[in-house]
Amino acid sequence: METSRRSFLKAGAIGALVLAVGGGIYRATQSAPERFVLDGEARAALGAIVPAILSGALPAGAGRQAAIAAAVDGVHAAIANLPLPVQQEVQDLFGLLALAPARRLLTGIAGGWSKASEAEVARFLQDWRLHRLALLRTAYGALHDLVLGAWYAQPASWRAIGYPGPLPELS
Amino acid sequence: MSAQATGFIPDPVQQGIARGWRIVDGARLETDRTLDADVVIVGSGAGGGVTAEILALAGLGVVIVEEGALRSSRDFKMREAEAYPSLYQESAARQTADKGVKILQGRTVGGSTTVNWTSSFRTPAPTLDYWRSQFGLEGFDAEAMAPWFALMEARLGVGDWQAAPNENNALLKRGADKLGISSGLIRRNVKGCWNLGYCGMGCPTNAKQSMLVTTIPSALDHGAMLVTRARAERFEIEGERVQGLLCTALQADGVAPSGRQLRLRAKHYVVAGGAINSPALLLRSNAPDPYALLGTRTFLHPTLISAGIFPQRVDAYAGAPQTVYSDHFLHTAPIDGPLGYKLEAPPLHPVLLSTTMNGFGADHAAMMRQFPHIQGMLALLRDGFHAESRGGSVRLKGGAGVLDYPLNDFLWDGARRALLTMAEIQFAAGASAVRPAHESARAYASWTEAKAAIAALPQALHMTRVASAHVMGGCTMAGDARRGVVAPDGRYRDLANLSVHDGSLFPTSIGANPQLSIYGLAARLASGLARELTGRPAPRPQAAPGEMAS
Repeated sequence: METSRRSFLKAGAIGALVLAVGGGIYRATQSAPERFVLDGEARAALGAIVPAILSGALPAGAGRQAAIAAAVDGVHAAIANLPLPVQQEVQDLFGLLALAPARRLLTGIAGGWSKASEAEVARFLQDWRLHRLALLRTAYGALHDLVLGAWYAQPASWRAIGYPGPLPELS
Repeated sequence: MSAQATGFIPDPVQQGIARGWRIVDGARLETDRTLDADVVIVGSGAGGGVTAEILALAGLGVVIVEEGALRSSRDFKMREAEAYPSLYQESAARQTADKGVKILQGRTVGGSTTVNWTSSFRTPAPTLDYWRSQFGLEGFDAEAMAPWFALMEARLGVGDWQAAPNENNALLKRGADKLGISSGLIRRNVKGCWNLGYCGMGCPTNAKQSMLVTTIPSALDHGAMLVTRARAERFEIEGERVQGLLCTALQADGVAPSGRQLRLRAKHYVVAGGAINSPALLLRSNAPDPYALLGTRTFLHPTLISAGIFPQRVDAYAGAPQTVYSDHFLHTAPIDGPLGYKLEAPPLHPVLLSTTMNGFGADHAAMMRQFPHIQGMLALLRDGFHAESRGGSVRLKGGAGVLDYPLNDFLWDGARRALLTMAEIQFAAGASAVRPAHESARAYASWTEAKAAIAALPQALHMTRVASAHVMGGCTMAGDARRGVVAPDGRYRDLANLSVHDGSLFPTSIGANPQLSIYGLAARLASGLARELTGRPAPRPQAAPGEMAS
């Protein structure tokens, strides 16, 4: 369990450098957005991360893809409400996830995001969660809060957890 | 969404607007504006609200500038998805610089008082005694402050809570009783409370006596002007006088500047933006700071979290959110010894619980399915009383205030003891499992198992969940210039016409939820300022019968 699956974590200091620079490269290649933009490979990354974080919470069957899409939209909306400097930080994170070399080095995911399995994604999240580099732990923390927050903000998620929601007369 | 709510709940803010309150919404400014006043107050929370009412009652022309928007009961829909982005700093996702502590602070008219959980404690006497002995604050002992707390308690309807605690709070008392740990009941600033449990999303019935429905309306009825969605950018300082305050108007969503500016001019300025934004504003303004104290000694009541899973329903989302506390562990060691902690219960709602609790995937989803059976417990560490507990410091990053708050071994020692205490109380109250908020923790099935596991948990940055809803300090008030930038009368020492009236004054943390500490201190300082500016005795604010929810 410790060998191959952790090989990408040998990145160490190189990883930190990539993380610091990667976002900047991505930003420089974009049209310097003031506000967070979720597009292309960054959206694909989020589309792969959402089902791993929400595994066990997402509905099975027909509603699954719509639920994932709703969570992605919820994350996007939540980011849009953050202060601009924080939006930039999140932009850097997604910029990094969108860069193939950084993705391979820091997440161990070889192909593109659309081909990543839920297990592969869960594995990198768990590694980031406990990683010795603070930057990766905080990146995990941001994904944790954004995805879970967006999911449980939706009334559609409440029945499964037994939350009745606000009084209809007042909401 | 529904029109029903506005139909049967009177909205004192909408009524005031209809009466002709003077309000400038920064997001609707079409040109730059200059406004003149006797006093400009930055912030409309606990400190700014109390100050605004007293100065307006004294007949002074007051302008209150608030970064957040003016929202009121008709907007409060008991939904986290709407409340966090619209009512909190940084969508309730504010964090310390290293992201070690999550910070909840209000950003709306009424500040944090619009979204707090109504817990009302006078400043504990040992805290005030420490301020006298260590910070030269004479005349701030419990006896001297009592009339000011009494004044504000009467003004804001602070009283004993008549209903039984909800199960979430009752479990804290039940577990503590079993272990011989003393506990007490929390007083609340409410009138006609419906016992709903949604205080943190803005009170939908105006029962909570926040600044939004008390002092701010009173000030506006007495001629004050409220400027919303405007960020106080910097003071223009010439010599030892403030000549103006430049404000950046924000767009309607409160995120980006609109391009319009406001310049506010007054004889006197009061800073009450909270303990991150107040020092940040003064730092941006290059306020004189000869001893490099500005922004330092910022305290958080770093808060640890423990989730107990009970066989019965707890329904921690329902009912008055905080009604039981225990100060037992504030008194087991000297105030300047190892960190003591106050125990309370937090209301649980889906976003708050899901983001606070660690983990993801199937494990997290399984925990969330137990939601109605989860009891939340908090331990608030009393920081700032020991050489190893010097708090954090506010600095500027791209012009915005950020808080560095190093989490050291002294703090982790307190964190571990607090997590152990909470688990023991939850098992004593009958929990079938306890899950500390920690990346390496899982749900433990017995106190024996939890005790061994928590003792071994690595207490470290990003591993242990730490939160704060109480930011204090940074503009320390002290008896002499070497210990604080603010004098005991609330005046900023090196500026002739600037005062600070908020929680940033506190030389340490409070050791209790701070709203009443801010109300009492601000009432005293504002009364002194009113006397000085008018040459007449200060008015005494009183609750108006019309403020009570029907």
